[in-house]
Amino acid sequence: MSIENVSRRNFLGGVFSAGALVLAARILPEEALADTNEYHGKAASAALRPSIYLGVEPDGTVYIVTHRSEMGTGIRTTLPLVAADELDADWSKVKIEQGIGDKRYGDQNTDGSKSIRGFFVAFREAGASARTMLVQAAAAQWGVSASECKAQLHVVTHTPSGRKLSYGELAQAAGKLPVPKPEALQFKPKSEWRYIGKESQIADLADICTGKAVFGMDVKRPGMLYASVERPPVMGGSVQSMDDKAALQVRGVKQTASIDPFKPPYTFQPLGGVAVIADSTWAAFQGRKKLKIEWNNGANASHDSEQYKKELLETARKPGKVVRNIGDVDAAFAKGGKIVDAEYYVPLLAHATMEPPVALAEFRDGKVEAWVPTQNPQAVQDTVAGALGIKPEDVTCHVTLLGGGFGRKSKPDYVAEAAILSKKTGKPIKLVWSREDDLRFDYYHAVAGMYHKAAMDDKGKTTAWLHRSVFPSISSMNDASSMYGFNVEYGMGLNDMPFDIPNHRAENGPAKAHVRIGWLRSVANIYHVFSGLSFADELAHAAGRDPLEYQLELIGNGRIIDFKSQGVADYWNYGESYEKFPFDTARLRKVLEIAGEKSGWGKRKPGNGWGIGVAASRSFTSYVASVVEVEVDKNGKIHIPRTWQVADVGMVINPDRVRSQFEGAAVMGASIALSGEISLSDGRVKQSNFNTYPVARMNQAPLRTDVHIVESSALPGGVGEPGVPPFVPAFANAVFAATGKRVRELPFSKHKLV
Amino acid sequence: MIKVKINGRERTFDGDPEMPLLWFLRDELDMTGTKFGCGAGLCGACTVHRNGEAIRSCTTAMKDVAGKTITTVEGLSANGDHPLQKAWMQANVPQCGYCQTGQIMHAAAFLKKNHHPTDDEIDAAMSGNICRCGTYQRIRAAIKTAAKEMA
Ligand code: FES
Ligand code: FES
Repeated sequence: MSIENVSRRNFLGGVFSAGALVLAARILPEEALADTNEYHGKAASAALRPSIYLGVEPDGTVYIVTHRSEMGTGIRTTLPLVAADELDADWSKVKIEQGIGDKRYGDQNTDGSKSIRGFFVAFREAGASARTMLVQAAAAQWGVSASECKAQLHVVTHTPSGRKLSYGELAQAAGKLPVPKPEALQFKPKSEWRYIGKESQIADLADICTGKAVFGMDVKRPGMLYASVERPPVMGGSVQSMDDKAALQVRGVKQTASIDPFKPPYTFQPLGGVAVIADSTWAAFQGRKKLKIEWNNGANASHDSEQYKKELLETARKPGKVVRNIGDVDAAFAKGGKIVDAEYYVPLLAHATMEPPVALAEFRDGKVEAWVPTQNPQAVQDTVAGALGIKPEDVTCHVTLLGGGFGRKSKPDYVAEAAILSKKTGKPIKLVWSREDDLRFDYYHAVAGMYHKAAMDDKGKTTAWLHRSVFPSISSMNDASSMYGFNVEYGMGLNDMPFDIPNHRAENGPAKAHVRIGWLRSVANIYHVFSGLSFADELAHAAGRDPLEYQLELIGNGRIIDFKSQGVADYWNYGESYEKFPFDTARLRKVLEIAGEKSGWGKRKPGNGWGIGVAASRSFTSYVASVVEVEVDKNGKIHIPRTWQVADVGMVINPDRVRSQFEGAAVMGASIALSGEISLSDGRVKQSNFNTYPVARMNQAPLRTDVHIVESSALPGGVGEPGVPPFVPAFANAVFAATGKRVRELPFSKHKLV
Repeated sequence: MIKVKINGRERTFDGDPEMPLLWFLRDELDMTGTKFGCGAGLCGACTVHRNGEAIRSCTTAMKDVAGKTITTVEGLSANGDHPLQKAWMQANVPQCGYCQTGQIMHAAAFLKKNHHPTDDEIDAAMSGNICRCGTYQRIRAAIKTAAKEMA
């Protein structure tokens, strides 16, 4: 990664004045940046500009661009805070700008809880480089040594004489200096951090509270029309015949247009169907109701969730592909002792972002400009280009605020729909998904059937553990014949169970996808950690031991897990190097121990409708323990008075946003456990809106969640996702403690608890 | 022709009288602070006030606001300084923010009727408003802060 002075290259178009110091931090080869004199010709239009850079204007304004998408984590504020801190900028003089999609700036897919992990260094270097250059410029002007000068809060001071120059006054001269090499940079000592690790507020706070914030749903263009699409009810289906006469009679409806079905595999392509185009969202919705369409339903028309569940669980009873092996579980089971086994099941889940998918696209002169709530603007460029047969660089993707993402808005099928319709109609098209569309045509979180079997010696120690998991894989997205998962899914709770057991085997059995499979906040961890940590609780009870104590015993001593020697050939590790981010069970033990202390674990005896449960897991390189307290009333109604989320996420930049993510993860975990289920019959999704796909409301969510952040100087880990996985089993374990009912199949709403 | 007063200003509408107010606000008046979340009265993202009462604008037809007074989030306060808005910012309530205008509008109507709400009363009043990001505990805290200031 390197940073260079691009002020003299006109790289940023008209955004900066000629005298500005402009730094671009990049993680791409030099040539990628060097061949460009111009930025889409759009940089001058101010509001939306490219990725990682930082600029200081002669008027003192510091521009920091964030190229990651804001969907509620606070990243749009947090990454700029890192650069501003190293620059020792006055935050009130910082302007944050949202980067558009552009691959020259490296990864922009705001996904996998990796924005800070991936870009902390880049933003830190950008800030430190600018500070260094400003100090050098001041020293040169005064004819003194740079070591006698100090940058502080937008001013460089010559310490011995007390002379001062502001960043703005120095910007022009600093802009003429070479950019220091990253290895020559000196970072501020922790004691001088101004923003990192301190409380700060998100940049969009006031706009959000007053209704001024601009989400994808809120964008408008002159001459724009609205579109709503009737899609094939069965995945892979297509239009056989269509009658739009009645639809065209609806007041406000302008025309209809077809969208071709995808060519397998489904990737990010639209599902196809018929669009109604109108002068308001409402008219488009109304017109759509009047379409008469006969469908070819294709091979998935007989898909039935109940039947599929049976198949998954049967497959989980049979040997599968081995993805990790320690010792010999079969020999251990043959020896006898106490054997415990159980089946677990988690249904399909939908993202249900508060803002449904929506996109505004304008096709003009062979190029597309799009305004989109997307986690993945470069995939928007590629997908739209693919759909229209144009080049990705001819697609400009402006990124709005996202009304939630959770992985759904990494997949730009909805943007391709808008672009196709814009090309067909010659108008800017705003394509709005209804909530029903969102729940029926999602890229669903995979359904999974799992089987666990363990052997225990006469002291209650677990000596063998077999874990089998069967689920339709995300890889079906790119491979229509996919039957097995891949290392990303395995590395989320299947081949990285942290327990120190002499005989352990993890297996993956075959399953075919009949709906589009995607990723939802914390992905395969949801089903693997739910089943694994629920089963750990089952083992504790079978051994007659305290569940928290038993989980600690299962984890064993603090150690770095050596996956290579355990038959894990390609351990995923969330895309990080294992040397930098090893799986350290000491950190896992620590979050569990703190969770025990904070929650007063063991002080009150569970039963009679009150219970407490615990679980811990590592995901996205962070370590999290959840403790959940429940009350279950006589009617089986569940109340969550209190939960504790203890998180070791490494170094923390923005503590309030870390807390808020873990508070939110508890609520999402509650939704998954209480009521999350998408199911199909005749290949059609049965759920339609929040009445049939309920998510936790205020009176169902935890009344109080205490987040404890473990003080750490380790490299920053993920924050957005790791709070979800342990919450769900901790909740189920609490329900067991309260009622004696072991819920092995989600959601709870399917079971009578009392 | 339907006449309706929105944030103190007289507006006229001559489209389909069955069209919900939400789309008049968003698509015709460009008042996008009122959000679309479900279109079925199930999430509260579209909450506005009709003659001071919280309603779901996604299921309220234009014909049912004729001659009425509507307040949207844009008209809740002059400078974004309604006690709820201040409390919301102080507690850093929003995550993605999409549900928050609906939450604030619903809470504003609720606090007019109940000046000293308990946790249970807040939960009961606010459970029609979904926040998928899960900001509920901060919403509850912010409502209490605002209630104190307003009392
Ligand atoms: S959009 Fe009106 S209640 Fe959901
Ligand atoms: S803040 Fe995202 S839905 Fe409430």
